Amino acid sequence: MSKFNVTRRGVLKTGAAAGAGLALPTIFTSSAYAVTNNPMGGTVTLGFNVPQTGAYADEGADELRAYELAVEHLNGGGDGGMLNTFSSKVLDGTGILGKKVEFVTGDTQTKSDAARASAKSMIEKDGAIMITGGSSSGVAIAVQGLCQEAGVIFMAGLTHSNDTTGKDKKANGFRHFFNAYMSGAALAPVLAKMYGADRKAYHLTADYTWGWTQEESIVAATEALGWETVNTVKTPLASTDFSSYIAPVLNSGADVLVLNHYGGNMVNSLTNAVQFGLREKQVNGKNFEIVVPLYSRLMAKGAGENVKGIFGSTNWHWSLTDEGSKAFVKSFGTKYGFPPSQAAHTCYVQTLLYADAVSRAGSFAPCDVAAALEGFEFDGMGNGKTLYRAEDHQCFKDVLVVRGKENPTSEFDLLEVVEVTPAAQVTYPIDHPMFAGGSLGQCNNGA
Amino acid sequence: MDAVLLQILNGLDKGSAYALIALGLTLIFGTLGVVNFAHGALFMLGAFCAVTLSRILTLSFETIDETKVDFLGNPLKVKTPYVESWFGPETGGAIIDWAVPLSILFAIPVMITIGFIMERGLIKHFYKRPHADQILVTFGLAIVLQELIKYFFGANPIPTPAPDVFKGSFDFGVLLGYDPNVIIYPYWRMVYFLFSTIIIGGVFAFLQFTTFGMVVRAGMADRETVGLLGINIDKRFTFMFGLAAAVAGIAGVMYAPINSPNYHMGMDFLVLSFVVVVVGGMGSLPGAVLAGFMLGILESFASMNWIKDIIPGIDQIIIYVVAIIILLTRPRGLMGRKGVMED
Repeated sequence: MSKFNVTRRGVLKTGAAAGAGLALPTIFTSSAYAVTNNPMGGTVTLGFNVPQTGAYADEGADELRAYELAVEHLNGGGDGGMLNTFSSKVLDGTGILGKKVEFVTGDTQTKSDAARASAKSMIEKDGAIMITGGSSSGVAIAVQGLCQEAGVIFMAGLTHSNDTTGKDKKANGFRHFFNAYMSGAALAPVLAKMYGADRKAYHLTADYTWGWTQEESIVAATEALGWETVNTVKTPLASTDFSSYIAPVLNSGADVLVLNHYGGNMVNSLTNAVQFGLREKQVNGKNFEIVVPLYSRLMAKGAGENVKGIFGSTNWHWSLTDEGSKAFVKSFGTKYGFPPSQAAHTCYVQTLLYADAVSRAGSFAPCDVAAALEGFEFDGMGNGKTLYRAEDHQCFKDVLVVRGKENPTSEFDLLEVVEVTPAAQVTYPIDHPMFAGGSLGQCNNGA
Repeated sequence: MDAVLLQILNGLDKGSAYALIALGLTLIFGTLGVVNFAHGALFMLGAFCAVTLSRILTLSFETIDETKVDFLGNPLKVKTPYVESWFGPETGGAIIDWAVPLSILFAIPVMITIGFIMERGLIKHFYKRPHADQILVTFGLAIVLQELIKYFFGANPIPTPAPDVFKGSFDFGVLLGYDPNVIIYPYWRMVYFLFSTIIIGGVFAFLQFTTFGMVVRAGMADRETVGLLGINIDKRFTFMFGLAAAVAGIAGVMYAPINSPNYHMGMDFLVLSFVVVVVGGMGSLPGAVLAGFMLGILESFASMNWIKDIIPGIDQIIIYVVAIIILLTRPRGLMGRKGVMED
């Protein structure tokens, strides 16, 4: 027979152990503990990871301008920009949760390994609590993966591949920019209206993640409206002269050329296509047309007059007349002397959305911030009513269908907005096949 | 057959650019014995001569148009080029329209000067150094030059169009009895091909039919003996460096309307041009030209859809595959001379 002695000391020990055991789960989920780079002093550091060298350096420079403007506004400087039009009113110009916002910058070089290295350095050496920026889907997916592992929030910059919030989505990653599916869904009806439903399309596609999803999206959207796809040809990302890919197009029976190219590829392929006189030709009794599904004003500038009359889609344009866009263009234009690009817009908005989410959550812990962003509906940021969908961390908002302007009044006046496609038309179910294959996983607070 | 003809035509202008750059490269190698990795940067500088002259010709004064507003809502500043103001809209407009061809006149002295400065200021100090040192210093120079261009002109491509009269394409197919639109070729690419054959012909004629050229050729064959005859071969070789820079430069000027110039375009051509030189035979001018056109045309063929269907990705590696085959079967390249780079 065993003897069971109850002592005062024993009760205290058992009670303490049981209490600690019960409290354990909240210790690990509480924002007060175990958060990578949780700011302790009077400042908080954000990491802006943009291409500062390489072919997208100009786009990166514009992103950086937008980030600096956002930091200025968050800290109470300037005219406040979109803080005045943002539907959420928790940001008051005193930084984030009362901490002054500081920033460090990294150079992605538009290379996945370099981008990961610069993001890692900003997290580990500079104490960045959030990483944002970039001008390529390959880079965005790579950095998003790193941020997930490191336990910091990643607010993607310019990334348009379906995969960023599709098969490669992550719980710590968020994308404000639209995606390839949305471009197709917005653009196809306008193309069918302008060029007719009986068209034959030939696709030239940049051979990497963004190009593949862009091609898949625009092919599906145009075929659904009656277009036929004659051929899809992958072109090496390093190509500079596309003449050998463009020359066979006219003899293929196609009457539309779709250029699933971005950046330097787009500038060169469009220039080459126009040189070949494609736009003056008639095929199948119809005028031959060229389409560029993803437009960037900065890049369109490189193609000069060749963009005139060519349709595409864009996330945002400075000529929009809503209050948010006007406020941002005024702030940016006054500070820098020219209007912002869509890359600048998405980066500025992402910074404000992050700051707002932290303020609403009352915590810098990534899981708390993610919870505040998930399902968040907002307005006043230049794209109308917008939803940050909880299931895939993709923003759903209006998409702009644009056309190269025939008579530009200035060097910035290259695109005209043809249609503002409502968010409902570009919204897709979470289990859409183009986005299948990945899961958000668990959010990671790091540390 | 029509597809083959089409890709031959396409390969001609690509080959023209390769041949022009490779010609300069091999000229420098043959005369000075220097492997010049900055040669692609000279091609890029030439293209930016066209950009610069375009900008000079479009220098403008501003007037305020009260009836229109800019993006901030302020009265619109309307820019009018001085050239149009001085010569009238029609003549001024035509001068601006012809900026690229006019840039040749601008580029020749600029590029010869840059060539002289490069050779006298830097490269001559590396004549007696190993090829690895020459490659490192010229490669470094190429990076410095492209970063300088990026600093002043930005990273984005800059549109530099050809004169309006050369816009559009010529339908070769109709001439040969095919249906319309089967074999088309842009006018400016035809101009580029003709221009490059004239330049290549001019360089060969200069070396073949002038006393200066004869001395240079003699120097390329046996530098020491020419020196012993009391001829200052170094001076002539410096001039040849300037000439090679000018050839690369005007090749770049005329290429500007084909693809909008950007700071990186020299590097895009450099590696391929080196392959061209090696395939053609180190130091062989006809070899460089032959290999340039051959590889340009082969690259075009490799982009044909049915070939890509059989061997995916062949368009990205064809030049290197051909280079390997030729160097295995003819180690000195197509027209290489015995003794060059073999010591």
